[in-house]
Amino acid sequence: MNRFDYVRPSTVAEAVQALGSDPAARFIAGGTNLIDLMKYDVERPGKLIDITRLPLDKIEERDGGLRIGALVTNAALAYDARIRERYPLLADAILAGASAQLRNAASTGGNLLQRTRCYYFYDTATPCNKREPGTGCSAIGGVDRIHAILGTSEHCIATHPSDMCVALAALEATVRVSGPQGDRAIPFAEFHRLPGDDPAKDTNLAPGEIIVSVDLPARGFAGHHTYLKLRDRLSYAFALVSVAAALELDGRTIRTARLALGGVAHKPWRNTDAEALLQGRPATRESFKAAADLVLREAKPQSTNGFKIELARRAIVRGLEQAAAGTPQSQSDKRIQ
Amino acid sequence: MLIDSGSPGGVGTIGITLTINGERRELQVAPWTTLLDLLRERLDLTGTKKGCDHGQCGACTVLVNGTRINSCLTLAVMKDGAEITTVEGLAGLAHREGTNSLHPIQEAFVEHDAFQCGYCTPGQLCSSVGMMNEGHAKTRDEIREAMSGNICRCGAYTNIVDAIEDVMQQGGAR
Amino acid sequence: MTVQISTAAGRDRFVGSAVSRVDGPAKVTGLAKYAGEFAAPDLAYGVVVSSAIAKGSIRSIDASAAEAVPGVIKVITHENRPATSDNPEDYQDAVAPPGAPFQALATNRIVFSGQPVALVVAEDFETARYAASLVRVDYGVVAPRTDLAAQAPEAYDPPMKRAGIKPPPEPWGDAETAFDAAEIRVNGQYRMADEHHNPMEPHASTVVVEKDGTYTVYDKIQGVSNTHDYIASAFGLKPEQVRVLNPYLGGGFGSGLRPQYQLFLAMLAAKDLGRSVRVTLTRDQMWSFTYRSEALQTVSLGADRSGKLTALRHDAVQGTSSYEDYQEVVVNWSGVLYDCDNVKLTYSLAKLDTPTPGDMRAPGAVTGVYAIETAMDELAYATGQDPIALRLKNYTESDPTEEKPFGSKALKECFRQGAERFGWSRRTPEPRSMREGRELVGWGMATGIWESMMMQSSAHAVLTADGRLEVGNQTGDLGTGTYTILTQIAADTLGLPLDHVTTKLGDTTLAKAPVAGGSWTAASSGTAVMKACRDIAEQAFKLARGMENSPLANADFERVVFSNGRIEVTGDPSKSVALADVLKATGTQKLEATGEAAPDKDFAQQYEAYTHSAIFAEVKIDEELGIVRCTRVISAIAAGKILNLKTARSQILGGIVMGIGSALHEESMLDHRIGRFMNHNLGEYHVPVNADIHDLDVIFVDEEDKANPLGVKGLGEIGIVGVAAAISNAVFHATGKRIRHLPITPDKVIGEG
Repeated sequence: MNRFDYVRPSTVAEAVQALGSDPAARFIAGGTNLIDLMKYDVERPGKLIDITRLPLDKIEERDGGLRIGALVTNAALAYDARIRERYPLLADAILAGASAQLRNAASTGGNLLQRTRCYYFYDTATPCNKREPGTGCSAIGGVDRIHAILGTSEHCIATHPSDMCVALAALEATVRVSGPQGDRAIPFAEFHRLPGDDPAKDTNLAPGEIIVSVDLPARGFAGHHTYLKLRDRLSYAFALVSVAAALELDGRTIRTARLALGGVAHKPWRNTDAEALLQGRPATRESFKAAADLVLREAKPQSTNGFKIELARRAIVRGLEQAAAGTPQSQSDKRIQ
Repeated sequence: MLIDSGSPGGVGTIGITLTINGERRELQVAPWTTLLDLLRERLDLTGTKKGCDHGQCGACTVLVNGTRINSCLTLAVMKDGAEITTVEGLAGLAHREGTNSLHPIQEAFVEHDAFQCGYCTPGQLCSSVGMMNEGHAKTRDEIREAMSGNICRCGAYTNIVDAIEDVMQQGGAR
Repeated sequence: MTVQISTAAGRDRFVGSAVSRVDGPAKVTGLAKYAGEFAAPDLAYGVVVSSAIAKGSIRSIDASAAEAVPGVIKVITHENRPATSDNPEDYQDAVAPPGAPFQALATNRIVFSGQPVALVVAEDFETARYAASLVRVDYGVVAPRTDLAAQAPEAYDPPMKRAGIKPPPEPWGDAETAFDAAEIRVNGQYRMADEHHNPMEPHASTVVVEKDGTYTVYDKIQGVSNTHDYIASAFGLKPEQVRVLNPYLGGGFGSGLRPQYQLFLAMLAAKDLGRSVRVTLTRDQMWSFTYRSEALQTVSLGADRSGKLTALRHDAVQGTSSYEDYQEVVVNWSGVLYDCDNVKLTYSLAKLDTPTPGDMRAPGAVTGVYAIETAMDELAYATGQDPIALRLKNYTESDPTEEKPFGSKALKECFRQGAERFGWSRRTPEPRSMREGRELVGWGMATGIWESMMMQSSAHAVLTADGRLEVGNQTGDLGTGTYTILTQIAADTLGLPLDHVTTKLGDTTLAKAPVAGGSWTAASSGTAVMKACRDIAEQAFKLARGMENSPLANADFERVVFSNGRIEVTGDPSKSVALADVLKATGTQKLEATGEAAPDKDFAQQYEAYTHSAIFAEVKIDEELGIVRCTRVISAIAAGKILNLKTARSQILGGIVMGIGSALHEESMLDHRIGRFMNHNLGEYHVPVNADIHDLDVIFVDEEDKANPLGVKGLGEIGIVGVAAAISNAVFHATGKRIRHLPITPDKVIGEG
């Protein structure tokens, strides 16, 4: 871990000012990913701005939805009564991720900004375009079992590791940010980006901006939803594939569908075409298969992760089945319904 | 700004106050010192273990203001003002009057042989207390899931769950 | 449970019961200190810089930026390394395989990824870590060989055999011809993954430089004698200049058998700087030495229609390093387990550019028994019979590889009791025939086996006038319960309450004992402690008999018992005297004795000694999604006398959990292009977590064994052996799909097989 300046502002304005245009400065809140990366010398910030004392730790009612302060911990969010009742998909997704200890520390804003778990990104002994632009992607043709199958580029095949973000994508959350140019709102779908030829950039946050809240719209899909996460052990592991599925039904007919995938791309992978395909169709396995095929039409395997395409296809079908049946996946009983 | 200290390459330290196992301590720490390293290397509280240093094993679990977290992924300076309980303070948590007896979860771990080498144990114990404070886990399945952030390579998991269930049936932690 | 008079002089009071771990209170309060936790006023911190390449050389190394950091004391590289012994044999520790052991910073040559290339020593940990990140190394890279399958054609029979490791027996009969002629044939290739031990405590050494110039070394080692002798020879020190301690070990599983490079580096720096140094490895660096190397295995079984084996071949190729020929027993188990007239077993090594593999819990047996026990399940299906029936049909009461009977073998009872507890009779053998909701249910079983060994060991015991007893020796307690069982044995032998007995371990000032490994510690150290205490009993008895008006005046030693702190005439408690009174009355400050234990040569000439088990596993599988849950495992163990039901059970539970890891989760993944394990952390190397472990149960079946006076056979390894096969067989029963490559991860379950 390198040496750095440490500052602890008490207001958002102070925090934004402290960040200024310094590319080596980083905000720190929960620290669960940043400190991890600093110990590997993947992140070497010149300055840490401790934002834990900013007044951003509230969950508030807003326009029929909820405004989640950027510093609300993952645990506080998952166990909040309003979230559990109105947005159980989000609660379930959070509880599918990490461990209780990490969820107690990790913040909402930090969850959005966590970096990929690509082995090569983490290992400074190997070249990585995300860590050191222009050095090449070691994952391509290497140990790529956990890597992306959608939206990859020749420069990067990393995945976004978050579970929470998959649910937020499905729920059409909005990310509110504050910066030198003032405040703005970023639709969740536009918050994270694909690697393209600039994989160092995970998000569309502009330099100098800070996340202040994540806003949930009124529709929470509390009736028909699931978060189904498939991984190499039954807990405390990143997703090989995960599915956030949410439906509104008229009888057995799908009125609205939301579908997002985790573990398969550089960002939470939401496919609105597949959602549109489901609209008006009966909630049957055939419909779900058609949607899954559509989502994975463009999927591309790497050397050892081809199984993820079929796994994702099956997970989508099962996730939609669980949502339609109103039997969301339990995050403690590991039997998959 | 509350604090502005440290400089790249320098060894600036910052004054913080922590209450550790009931004892208030004024400390000067470098910003890059984790809570775990502070406890182990500066304060000789080696009960809290470093198993991975990356939040992937749970051996470093401590209670901060009653909440369980990984002390390896926490800079000490960020916890200025907090109350920290480590395994060394668990007994005190249960018996504020200062008897010598153990916390019920410590007794249950011994009784159920919920450890072998003992290296993950402090983290398991603090995590168990934190889990009981949270109050979400009730069934065996839920306990298993809630304790999955604490790896035990000796494989004492079933005994750990037995020990926790035992204490929960007695009325839980304090 | 058969009760044997194991402790001779007294009644079994604690031995055989479920006494809680005597080191429990120290471990639950955080007071138990491990190797990297001992303080010294002049302590400096060493952080290791690891090689980014697997093979080649260091062209140049620039430590100037690191050296410039305030607080850095020294950066040691191959260029400025202080001299140590130039004789490679001086680096051969007690359990080293044939070859030239790795020496850190000896030359600019790189022979494995993660090899230490520099040690940065600083006043505090954070400074050392930061400075280590500033060391720049320029490498000349050579393409590494790490793909075992690619190297297998070059495999060779190791010219030098590793001490204590039996090479495969000479073939008997004609396995090839018999196989070709067999009515039923099963032939399969089996693979596991490379696995890393990953004890929760990373390897660490604290070397304290004492005022008199001697060294007190706290090292993560499974036996302090090994570290002691290694340091003395490598650094040219007299034995008395080095004291090594390791009272607690945060798990070993074999990774702590050999002194590792952090010890060498800590000692190197301490000696060079004349001040105390601690070196603790990072979790990532736990992938830079020793691992369970996978093996490419082929098993061919021929049988008649009834399932009687007519041919058995088991061939294994295993990886080793470029500089040592590590060997373990992989294929012999197949020959020991089954009666067959035509057997051929082969074992060869292939050179890889990795660190030398090492013993990992039940080394070789985990690997080989997985293959043979999966093949036997395939044969059970091929011959249409129950897997237990097949094993009984080929059961042997003697070891075919040595043509000697087993000293004891209660495996049939393991099958019977295990099957009954598991409910095996309710199994419908047809694959895919059992289901629960969406999930397929599979029940599988396998046999486990491990050699029961004993090593030359001693133990010292001291009884003081206050009636307290201290016993101890150099061996280590890895979490196995050695402190507890030795305390029980000592207490029973002298009839003392448990809390009057203190056991000390892991200190070279104590009586000599070897490393703790191979499941030999209970038999070896246990017998030595028992003998030492028995000696004291005899001394005390003689003193007591000589006391004025002694109630024991007319008794002889064989007619007294030691109980409740007293010596009493058997059957006449009125004639007794307190041990403490004996010492006081005779003006004796203390009684002491050293007990020696060694393998019984007569027994070994007549018998072969093995522990056995029958493992029954249940899996529930969501076939569509490839998710396997191991919901139930029952292990029935035949391992002689059980000294402590609580710690013994824990040992087996731990073996089962690691076996579940082997079967379903654990895999160190090599990028062969760069020869590097890529998932070198606990987030991506998946060991089982709490949620993965459901209902486990352990049965200890009665078994009388006479290899040693205690009747114990050892428990550290047997719990894991066969678990992966039982689970893999259960997966087949559930799905009808035979996956012959561990771990059984979702991709394999949904894949083509």
